[in-house]
Amino acid sequence: MSEGFISRGFRGRRKPSDESRRLPPGQYLERGFPVLSAGPTPHTPLASWDFSIVGEVDQPRRWSWDEFRTLPRETVAKDIHCVTKWSKFDTHWEGVSLGTLLAQVETSANYVIAFSDGGYTTNLPLEEVLNGQAWIVDTYEGQPLEPQHGGPARLLVPHLYFWKSAKWVRGLRLVDQDEPGFWESLGYNNHGDPWKEERYWGD
Amino acid sequence: MENKLDGNAAAGALQAIFPFDMTLVQVTCTGCGASDVIGALAAYMHGMGTVIRCPSCDTVLIRVAHMKERYWLDMRGVRVLQISAEA
Amino acid sequence: MERRTLLGRLSWQLGEVVATHPETARAKSITLAPPNWRGHRAGQHVDVRLTAEDGYQAERSYSIASPPEEAPRVTLTVERLDDGEVSPYLTEELRVGDKLELRGPIGGYFVWEARMGGPLLLIAGGSGIVPLMAMLRHRAATGSSVPARLLYSSRTFEEVIYREELERLDEADRMLEVVHTLTRAHPPGWTGYARRINTQMLREVAWPVEQRPLTFICGPTPFVETAAASLVELGYEPGRIKTERFGPTGET
Repeated sequence: MSEGFISRGFRGRRKPSDESRRLPPGQYLERGFPVLSAGPTPHTPLASWDFSIVGEVDQPRRWSWDEFRTLPRETVAKDIHCVTKWSKFDTHWEGVSLGTLLAQVETSANYVIAFSDGGYTTNLPLEEVLNGQAWIVDTYEGQPLEPQHGGPARLLVPHLYFWKSAKWVRGLRLVDQDEPGFWESLGYNNHGDPWKEERYWGD
Repeated sequence: MENKLDGNAAAGALQAIFPFDMTLVQVTCTGCGASDVIGALAAYMHGMGTVIRCPSCDTVLIRVAHMKERYWLDMRGVRVLQISAEA
Repeated sequence: MERRTLLGRLSWQLGEVVATHPETARAKSITLAPPNWRGHRAGQHVDVRLTAEDGYQAERSYSIASPPEEAPRVTLTVERLDDGEVSPYLTEELRVGDKLELRGPIGGYFVWEARMGGPLLLIAGGSGIVPLMAMLRHRAATGSSVPARLLYSSRTFEEVIYREELERLDEADRMLEVVHTLTRAHPPGWTGYARRINTQMLREVAWPVEQRPLTFICGPTPFVETAAASLVELGYEPGRIKTERFGPTGET
């Protein structure tokens, strides 16, 4: 086998950084914004786009794109961390907090499943998407979010690994019982805290 | 543009699991019933895992992830596989 | 007939670099001597893995350029991408005597062997020529008379990989025809195609539909999809067209 083999002189694209205190364990600083895709990029026209909150709620709620755009908006500046080990500092987004959206429903559910165009899902504890921890964002660095990065709108949950920030998000399903999503059911950690290096199942 | 490749690109990941060439294995899609060899399917080499989809209806057929000396393999999207028995 | 079905699980091995050879300003061929090479078929590829001192790893796939007849030596031809992570290392840093971690050969779908017959239609975009060159080298090594045509799209004359070898093969073999098209610039006096591949060019170059060619298309994803769609539009059977997309940038 090739245990312990090091390729002489190989460093990869990474550049040295003295921002290492801001990097969670095992991460490196990336200046670009890698695109990881598990399927074709959806191109939902805004006229047919909507965002829904369904499941264990008193009444399902739905916003069209125009209605979504009239909701109270926030600007968000955060570092993001991908489980494939790249981190990006100071990313700037604009959108609507999940607190604002979830205030429109009554629920006793404990978990949310975010679902997206193309079938992607990811699961989160409800308490981790409230209180300034999560947004539905449609603007990145002052520009409309590009489809390859999840536009027209994606979920943003920067305190967890970035696979939880579901691209092309179309809604939240509130549930009493947790349900592992797309990557969580394929060996990735159910929670995904980069500061505890919760990358894989069993970490 | 998304990184759609041919099923052949996923062959390395699959052949690290199965001791034969999976690109020639025929699979039937649970989404639309289309049937083709894995080499002709659409492979997305996402950094977190390999996702193989039906080129006709985009249904996820096969997913593979590799971490901590273990492979996780999901083939829910495949109704049935046809594997040649001969050399 | 050699048993091909039960190959055993693929695992990584360390191959020593025994030779390197620049092909063009950006492309270099690297010949390896892997210790456990079970032979390969023209069109197959290897996965290559690089590991940095801190454990960071990057993995890419590269088509094998050498024909099966040159086993146990394996040659890859790598084109350097400006913002690539692995290709600059392979083309600029790696030297004879270094070891490279690889696994393979991989992929029995995109392969051609002389016994599969033809006529053979090969369509290459840029570095997509590599696996198709393995097929042509295999065809020459076996003395096959299967009629073959290569349509090879490059940006400039200087960027045509294996240009001289293709010229020699073309001249020496009446059953082989090599057609170039240059998409960005061409030398003075150039009488060949000077535009991107399209349906009209394929109509002129490809074997007639009735001859049911075996077609292999390789190159950047948009190139492959355009060529494949054009051929299907012209009436070629989709089942006899095999594609190997290299991804949007050409590096998989």
